Amino acid sequence: MSIVFWIFAVITLGGALAAMLLRSLVHSALAVTLSFAGLALMFLELGAQFAGFTQFLVYIGAVAILVVFAILLTRSSEETGSGVFSPTWLRGLVIAAAVFAVLGWSILNSAAALPGTTAEPVASVQQIGQALMGPYVLPLEIVAVLLTSALIGAVIVAMHEKEGAE
Amino acid sequence: MVEKADQIFVTLLHWLVGFLPTGWQHLASVVVCVVVIIAVYPTLFALAVLLERKGLGRMQNRYGPNRVGPFGILQPVADGIKSLTKEDVVPFRADALVHFMAPLVLVVAVFMGFAVLPMGRNMELVDMDASLLFFFAMGASTELSVFMAGWSSRNKYSLLGAMRAIAQMISYEVILLLSSVAVVMITGSLSLVKIVEAQNHYTWGLPHWFVLTPWGLMGFVLFVIASTAETNRSPFDLPEGESEIIAGYFTEYSGFKFALFFLGEYVGMFGIAGFGTTLFLGGWSAPLSVLTWVPSWIWFFGKVLLWICFFIWLRGTLPRLRQDQLMNFAWKFALPLTLLNLIVAALWHFMGAGVVTWLVCFAILAIAYVLMARTGLKRGKIGPRSYRYAE
Amino acid sequence: MLGEGILKGLAETAKNFAGSYVSKERLTTVQYPEERVAPFEAARVFPFLVYDGEDWEAGLRCVACQICEKECPPKCIYIEKSKEKKPDYVGKLQIYPARFDIDVSVCMSCQICVEVCPFEAIKMNTEFELATDDRFGGLLLDRQKLAHSNEYYHSIHPTEASEVDARLAEEKAKAEAKAKAAAEAAAAKAAAAKAAAEAKPATPAAEAKPAAPASTTESKSPSPAAKPTEGEK
Repeated sequence: MSIVFWIFAVITLGGALAAMLLRSLVHSALAVTLSFAGLALMFLELGAQFAGFTQFLVYIGAVAILVVFAILLTRSSEETGSGVFSPTWLRGLVIAAAVFAVLGWSILNSAAALPGTTAEPVASVQQIGQALMGPYVLPLEIVAVLLTSALIGAVIVAMHEKEGAE
Repeated sequence: MVEKADQIFVTLLHWLVGFLPTGWQHLASVVVCVVVIIAVYPTLFALAVLLERKGLGRMQNRYGPNRVGPFGILQPVADGIKSLTKEDVVPFRADALVHFMAPLVLVVAVFMGFAVLPMGRNMELVDMDASLLFFFAMGASTELSVFMAGWSSRNKYSLLGAMRAIAQMISYEVILLLSSVAVVMITGSLSLVKIVEAQNHYTWGLPHWFVLTPWGLMGFVLFVIASTAETNRSPFDLPEGESEIIAGYFTEYSGFKFALFFLGEYVGMFGIAGFGTTLFLGGWSAPLSVLTWVPSWIWFFGKVLLWICFFIWLRGTLPRLRQDQLMNFAWKFALPLTLLNLIVAALWHFMGAGVVTWLVCFAILAIAYVLMARTGLKRGKIGPRSYRYAE
Repeated sequence: MLGEGILKGLAETAKNFAGSYVSKERLTTVQYPEERVAPFEAARVFPFLVYDGEDWEAGLRCVACQICEKECPPKCIYIEKSKEKKPDYVGKLQIYPARFDIDVSVCMSCQICVEVCPFEAIKMNTEFELATDDRFGGLLLDRQKLAHSNEYYHSIHPTEASEVDARLAEEKAKAEAKAKAAAEAAAAKAAAAKAAAEAKPATPAAEAKPAAPASTTESKSPSPAAKPTEGEK
């Protein structure tokens, strides 16, 4: 648990907390981007270069932009008037705690958490590519079909609006 | 002797760093390289600004600035002094923190991209296995700063400019990525150093630059177009079009922050030019095998300067594209061509070397280009203007 | 459609770029304070007052008729008449302006004052470098600053000045001829009166005789009048 890990952890958790607690929607979006960046840095620290840079590229370069666009195209500049804590915060807290417990239990009981493992596996980009095109080609294709259908659906929804207006 | 000139900066670095104890040497060499990059690229930025103003002037039948120094050489100094001494106006209702952070994020993201560019033999700051992805990751971060700038100004024009800029940048980023994927496919590695080394071979005196292959040429052309759009340069500069939307997303910036945005844009131009040189124009390798005695960093910076001159030339020539024309061009013309380029690159790889390969690939790309140009860019239903309620 | 338009455009700009170092027509900039464009003849900037001869006060053509002051659209001319008179170019005694101010910061260079002046006294100057840092009086030109000689007028508007000179000479000649004719008529009348007093039956012949010398003096008068104009030029 080096100092670098703690710095990245602070960045990630701080960003997530800020996203939860800030009043302005855009500030929350930017804070969540910060926590994405923290996650990416943690991937990089673990040596997973591909995952880290793809996290940057996809999450910060695409997902954050998507969130931001959604904010821009809708109600953008109003701040939440009624406070950031919803009335059902206790139920939310319980559910979040349950999810955290399940995740923590599964991670701690998995093989990766066992001490004394050999040197960390180096998954080069080539290996990832071969895995995607070999054993994991079906999930890849399913994800591709899912994304394509989402794209087509978005285009159809937008097009329908335009033709509906005429 | 040639080797010494080529590696002069590397030897200088080792000599400088040798004064420190061994544990500190790696950190010190990184710090020295960073300082050098931060010193060199803004100087190049000043040079580029001067070149642009004088070059554009000559193309437009006028002198550029020629009052400040002999032939106006000190004009960037005057500009720097002006931007440093101007009042830094922050609008009253602007989001102060985000307004302040936006130019910083831009400049940081843009300078980070230089960490992986091989500026000469053994002259990259970091040699990562996935350095191409790193460069793209940094490029994606610049879009965020555009949004921050546009939104925090609380100005409808800034917001509009920011939206347009982001839409343009994400569209052309896809094309940028896909055209470089073709290069990655052929080289088999994401590391920029290996990509340059793959192009450093010579056959009959001519280099193996990727631009000299059919798919490489098409990829290069698409890369040039996409890089012009990524850096918001003319003809794609609608987001910052001076006559349309005042200054788009950086309307509300004055003084040093504006200078930072300007710096970020031009240094980004240098970065992407360097990247494109590495991918397609052979990085630091010489054009002809007889010319390898010239130091490698001279070739790299020469090629980057050529790109910049080409950007300036384009700016002086073409009128600005409208937003819908921009987007049409990206999604309906450039993207299909880029995908086809990927397929042709794969074909090239599998068909091996030979004249047939050249002819087939060239033919496919030429036919596709002509077909796409005739059909993909059709204007659709833009005819005489019709009114819904006025008639 | 295939991008050849872009290539043609690039070639054109490249030609402009290269040509700007070589040929004059591709770079037509005039570097202002060091080089100046020669002003063309019909240029008009602000008015000035013309004077004939050497002394600006004596030769000032303006007779303070105040027509230009009344016709000026932004009312930038201010004239005060003098109390005494001085002779003008034909010798007739005229009043002159004791004060003739033009506020060139107000003047809109419409040239109406020039068009309406019956005495060819006010004409358009071509000097435009009048910028000054004196906010209140620096652009208020008085009589002395406005007065420029007829030679100066010839140097800035040659053809116009020649026309004006020809007209003035004609007027002068006509005036002189009229004066001479009047003098002749007066002399003839005196002579006729004398002759009538001397010899009554000789009056028809005496009337015929003054008519003939009067016509010969008229034909002789243009040549002496032409000489002074040549001396002025």
